[in-house]
Amino acid sequence: MDLYVVVLVEMLYGVASLILISAGLAIVFGMIKVINLAHGEFMMMGGYATITAVNLGVNVFVAMLLIAPVVVGLIGLVVERLVIRHLYGRLIDTMLATWGLSLFFIGLATMVFGNTTTGISTPIPGFAIGDYQVNGYNFFIIVVSALLLVAMLAVLKGTRAGLVARGTMQRPDMAAALGYSPDRVYMATFFCGSALSGLAGAILAPLVGLVPTSGGAYIAKAFITVIAGGPSLVAGLFASAGFFGAVNQIFTFAISPVIGEVALLVAAVVLLRILPQGVTGTFFKGRL
Amino acid sequence: MPGDLKREAIAIAVVTGALILVLPLIIGTYTLTVLAVYGMLGLSLGLIWGFGGILCFGQAAFFGLGAYAYAISAINIGESTIPMLLAVLVPAVFAVLLGAMMFYGRLNDVYLGVITLVVTLILFKVINSTAGPQYMIGNARLGGFNGIPGFQTLNVPGKPDAYIWGDSYFYVCAVLLGFVYLLVTVLLRSSFGRIAVGIRENEVRMSLMGYDVRARKTVMFAIGAAIAGLAGGLFANWAEIVTPNLFSLSQSAEIIIWCIVGGLGTRLGPVLGAAGLAYLKFLLGQQALVDNALVTGLILVLFVLLLPKGVVPALSGLWRVSVGRRPPGRIRRRRRSRHRERLHG
Repeated sequence: MDLYVVVLVEMLYGVASLILISAGLAIVFGMIKVINLAHGEFMMMGGYATITAVNLGVNVFVAMLLIAPVVVGLIGLVVERLVIRHLYGRLIDTMLATWGLSLFFIGLATMVFGNTTTGISTPIPGFAIGDYQVNGYNFFIIVVSALLLVAMLAVLKGTRAGLVARGTMQRPDMAAALGYSPDRVYMATFFCGSALSGLAGAILAPLVGLVPTSGGAYIAKAFITVIAGGPSLVAGLFASAGFFGAVNQIFTFAISPVIGEVALLVAAVVLLRILPQGVTGTFFKGRL
Repeated sequence: MPGDLKREAIAIAVVTGALILVLPLIIGTYTLTVLAVYGMLGLSLGLIWGFGGILCFGQAAFFGLGAYAYAISAINIGESTIPMLLAVLVPAVFAVLLGAMMFYGRLNDVYLGVITLVVTLILFKVINSTAGPQYMIGNARLGGFNGIPGFQTLNVPGKPDAYIWGDSYFYVCAVLLGFVYLLVTVLLRSSFGRIAVGIRENEVRMSLMGYDVRARKTVMFAIGAAIAGLAGGLFANWAEIVTPNLFSLSQSAEIIIWCIVGGLGTRLGPVLGAAGLAYLKFLLGQQALVDNALVTGLILVLFVLLLPKGVVPALSGLWRVSVGRRPPGRIRRRRRSRHRERLHG
């Protein structure tokens, strides 16, 4: 019985962390059709922002939930103005340019922070379920991911800004005719996406030893989760993260963590072969 | 056309020969060897991306497979001829399977990118986790993250004791690069090559004309993989060790950068891009002021923004405008192609 609870928690944690990792990329890809391959490095910078702030004496939750997203969001803003802005509508070119950016940020972080591992300890202690010890921080990640999904839905469906953003996504010319500058909307969207990447990196920072090349571990997972999710933002993210997270954790428990990772990747290849438009290209069509 | 081809073949042979004689006077042959190998690797992606229109984010997978195929079979056989052939064949067969899966499923663009990227990652993760004595292929221990050292390096076919190394190994690599370049030239001039370019330009139209687009793309993909595999086998000989880093994302990224900087849709561009950037990286590695990745990344971003065509097409365009004579047919042909773009773009 206890084992099942633990497995369930781990499964939820697997799904939640995938949602967290992919949310920033999903917003940028879903709204403005830009695949940001520097996403992993944005997360890495979010981690460094948190660790630097904590070392300067800031409360760890303030650093994670406030400072990191704002810092990375601002970096994203600069990147959007300097690079991405010129490449809207050229999907492959944006991928290449952001891949270049990812190398650039790795180099920059190596020069600033050095090629050494840094980290902070998890702020929430673990506890026991029956005979098993569970990491308390996992619950924090699950809660944050759930809140994130709800917040994304609420903003996109319920607010004026979300309405304008969705309208611009569908018909930029109409939005412009009604007085909303698509340029501004894209800029704001990219800021939000980057901020979410920073948030994800910050929240995962206590769990991993951070090095300048840490981003590489996230980008592939985020990339396949978003692509496999398909056109619907929230539903796609939830569906593909749920599927991949479950596959990953089942194989991790049944065989080993490495096989779990490989199973996730194989599942992605098979899924894309069967449903090349992504999960929500076939099911839940037209949902958000 | 055959007369044209003969002239070009002679030109390739002369230029290759001249470079082989001149370059060792400027740069050491040890460095030159790896530049030639990278040039071949760049050419492999330049072929399938620039002419076949297949953007492969995992060209490093074939490079690594070639290197591993060579290392593992060289340990088991103890002679280098068959391993070298395997270094070409194994990636090619793998590419046929992978390509058939993708192209017969009509996957394109981003999805192609994701799948090739993911496959590279799978290989990286699997090889990386094979540390320990239980992972053996024949007599070869896979060695996980530490890779496989100490295999038989290239020897004169049939004579396992007559090693080819140092200067003579450079000559082998450079001649092979010239040979592969020639093969690519012949391929692109054949009807297969021209149909491949047609597929790149307009897939639907080519399939309506009765060409089997899926099979042709698969074959193109496999040829690219075979060249990358050959480069991998040569690289294994040069480095004398193979590690999972050959499969890494940064390796794939580098190949793509070479092609972008050199120029897509040309044969020379990727080769020059690869050799030039690899040499730049070598020079940057000798100082500690600026990080290597920073410069490479900056170069990629700047090229995508400012010179997306690449160096070689830009230079040849400049040459044509400033000094070259314009043959009368060219203007008309260009206008027609622009018209076609408007129709189908």
